[in-house]
Amino acid sequence: MKFAVVVFPGSNCDRDMYYAAKDALGEEAEMLWYKDANLDGYDAILIPGGFSYGDYLRCGAIASTSNVVKQLREKADAGVPILGVCNGFQILLESGLLPGALLRNEKLKFMCHFEDLVVENNETIFTSSYKKGEVISIPIAHNEGNYYCDEETLARLRENNQIVFTYKNNPNGSVADIAGVTNEKGNVLGMMPHPERAVEAILNSADGLKLFQSLVQNWRETYVAGA
Amino acid sequence: MKLVKVHVTLKEGVLDPQGKAVQGSLNTLGYDFVEEVRVGKYLELTVKDDANIEQQIEDMCNKLLANPVIENYEYTVEEGVTQ
Repeated sequence: MKFAVVVFPGSNCDRDMYYAAKDALGEEAEMLWYKDANLDGYDAILIPGGFSYGDYLRCGAIASTSNVVKQLREKADAGVPILGVCNGFQILLESGLLPGALLRNEKLKFMCHFEDLVVENNETIFTSSYKKGEVISIPIAHNEGNYYCDEETLARLRENNQIVFTYKNNPNGSVADIAGVTNEKGNVLGMMPHPERAVEAILNSADGLKLFQSLVQNWRETYVAGA
Repeated sequence: MKLVKVHVTLKEGVLDPQGKAVQGSLNTLGYDFVEEVRVGKYLELTVKDDANIEQQIEDMCNKLLANPVIENYEYTVEEGVTQ
């Protein structure tokens, strides 16, 4: 399986994402500079965290106008798995690829620590290796991770099972403790916590690895004969 | 030339933790009558004359300058200084 990691000016989790796919998972991965990126031929696209364009205007807003996001829209429509973490999540929201928005943390603090997440939906291509209700330990590192959507959107998210991860102890004020959501089709996942920073025991948790393993397993079942 | 002044504010009902902190500080300074503060953004755009300017500004606000999920915008168009 071949992963693309899209690198924006100000991305800083691109190497972690690359490491997770290439080294921890043992699959093919490439880092693509946003300006030259051609997303054709990749089986999954990873949008890493960081501070694209210095968080100017709103986190992810400037990146969402780039040409590579046009390609992302086409790939999302075509069903290619897309994972956006942290600033990557912000970019996907600003692009309209996912519903909702992210506000400043309720307590106005940049927070950087491990959080317990609850796997609310394990019937996605990102979470099929987890058990439903499983509690996993994944680090967060953000200042604008306070997920917001109106009640109508929240009802729709619940109805379509788009809430994939929630916080066990909500750290940032997110509506309905939401830590990660998918699009309606289920092939685009955005989340504030960093699964790519929890892929081996030496990082204090390997709970994030199963997310990447789920992607590989689902890809194999769909595209590799006899798998 | 025209000078476009855009105000972007958080929608009613969207929590503004920053505004809350500013309000708390103002109260601490003794301004007890301040009941609420909402922090927003102000942008100035100098643009060439365009027959369709209002529609264009609204497009810009919806696409980039504001996030319609959480923010409202207001704008005025004034005569700008010709250079």
